[in-house]
Amino acid sequence: MSTADLRTGRPPRLSWLVRLRRDRSLLLMTVPAVALLVVFNYVPLFGLLTAFQEYDPLVGVWHSDWVGLDQFRQLLGDRLFWESMVNTLYLSFVQLVLFFPVPIALALLLNSVLSERLRNFIQSVVYLPHFFSWVLAITVFQQMLGGAGVLNQFLRAHDIGTWDIMTNPHTFALLVTSQAIWKEAGWSIIVFLAALAAINTDLYEAAAADGAGRWRRLWHITLPGLRGVIVLMLVLRLGNALSVGFEQFLVQRDAVGHDAADVLDTFSFYYGIATGNYSYGAAAGLFKSIISLLLIWGANKLAHAFGEDGLYRR
Amino acid sequence: MTNALTIERAATATAEPDAAARRRRRTARPPWEEPPTPVGQAAKGLTLTGMLAVILVPLWIIVVTSLSSPGAVNRAGGLVIWPDGVTIEAYREMLTDSTVRTALLVSLGITLVGTAVSMVVSVLCAYGLSRSRSFGHRFVLVLLIVTMFVNGGLIPTFLVVTGLGGYDQWWALILPGSVSVFNILVLRSFYSSTSADLIDAARIDGAGEWRTLWSIVLPTSRAVTAVIALFYAVGYWNSFFNVMLYMPTDSEKWPLQYVLYMYVNRGNGMPGSVNSGFGSTHAQTAPLSLQMAVVVLTLVPLLIVYPFVQKHFRTGVLTGAIKG
Repeated sequence: MSTADLRTGRPPRLSWLVRLRRDRSLLLMTVPAVALLVVFNYVPLFGLLTAFQEYDPLVGVWHSDWVGLDQFRQLLGDRLFWESMVNTLYLSFVQLVLFFPVPIALALLLNSVLSERLRNFIQSVVYLPHFFSWVLAITVFQQMLGGAGVLNQFLRAHDIGTWDIMTNPHTFALLVTSQAIWKEAGWSIIVFLAALAAINTDLYEAAAADGAGRWRRLWHITLPGLRGVIVLMLVLRLGNALSVGFEQFLVQRDAVGHDAADVLDTFSFYYGIATGNYSYGAAAGLFKSIISLLLIWGANKLAHAFGEDGLYRR
Repeated sequence: MTNALTIERAATATAEPDAAARRRRRTARPPWEEPPTPVGQAAKGLTLTGMLAVILVPLWIIVVTSLSSPGAVNRAGGLVIWPDGVTIEAYREMLTDSTVRTALLVSLGITLVGTAVSMVVSVLCAYGLSRSRSFGHRFVLVLLIVTMFVNGGLIPTFLVVTGLGGYDQWWALILPGSVSVFNILVLRSFYSSTSADLIDAARIDGAGEWRTLWSIVLPTSRAVTAVIALFYAVGYWNSFFNVMLYMPTDSEKWPLQYVLYMYVNRGNGMPGSVNSGFGSTHAQTAPLSLQMAVVVLTLVPLLIVYPFVQKHFRTGVLTGAIKG
């Protein structure tokens, strides 16, 4: 150790070889994870090249014919693709309007419950559906609201006629949104509860001393306190506008028909993998990714314009 | 720096010093807060009860139906709401069917092996990246985080997995999704917060990195390890789409979720029906109690583990919440 290091109190600067020798076991520990990510995340990035090819599984990526932007041209002229796009945007919009406020409201409600024990109980129940698979969640819906489900069982028993919910393409957006709320709203309150817990309680006391009622305190203290998280969640939501879900639609596609249930995520599967038209599906996937990146970038800009941090700080 | 980090900082900052004060505020209303109006109180109670009912009632009905005899199901005209002659006949019948039995074993196998693989890989990687001055950790971290935002998507990944011979192979259900960068980041942030003195003390006692991880860091972060293991396990237990992609044909290899999908959602043949199995074209829809027994079967393992891990969610989730 040189005198300079002793004076500044910093550890001595070591050459990278020495540091590599010292930390080799730490680096070694990261090898399995990195190897898996390279194989299953980085290598597929090269596979995106297939979007510009007429991919032939027999000869592989290296020897397939290049077709430039043909796949994309075909995609933009494909009625089914645009249907999926419209469905995706529509479902995203419905979810944004109907789903997004629910966790915030629930978090506020739950936060106002005084009894710790009751709160913990409610929380553990509302978190539960998050851990169900989509297949299970949809089965539950099917059993409650489907043609042979509890609701129709009740209606039939009272001669009111039946109500077709699970297979109606016109109300499909409402159906999938309520499924999403049922499954995920409880889980999404976690982050809002944390933000609520972070609000300084002195503010409430001061406001109350100044004569602010509960609604005024909600408006002037609680909501501003949540503002950062709300904007962040909104940015994420907008950035994911083109990913409305996958298994949820896959499982219900047969019941409501493809024209209502096809979204961009399922498009790649049905018109790429299921038909063996890999290049076409890859092109659809790439198209979606690029638009999604633009969306998240735009949403983030918007967040900055409102003076919030968004995903990252300016 | 992400905003999520701000949330985390805020959350942990208040969670620790204020925890006691908060608990006090919780049980007793502060003097300045006005008592609730009866109407507000009733509305709140109703909403919360409704919320719980929406989740619990369907589960109740499904469990009760699975425990009912065919006669009780007939009397109820479908799903059974009040228990009426409880019998475990449906479960016995279901478990004699080889498809369901294999599926149960397959699901358990995938979940156990997958979770083990994921946990070993993630814990090692998280610890390897957790020492703030170690060589190369920044580079590896960037390598990891990039995959959270950029990926090849469905088809390129499918082509790589099948190109490696993954079609109809167990590993295709496990390895491609075995590493969750998000989970690694959560673990890492906990490992970084392990007291440096503790680690130095271990070092002085002659422990290497492996020893330190095993004897110091892992035991001090049991809660978060349990939460992350649950996340992984649930992911594997619920695996459905991967099966559809990589082994859609061989019903001997289907996990429970896929059987549930085929039996209940697609109305395919069920165990216990006259023509069981998928080879037959005349597969009959099974008795409702049997279908519901399959549903319950997919739920049971989760419900067994859940209560033990559930109380740690807050710590586990918040520290990593949307960290980019």
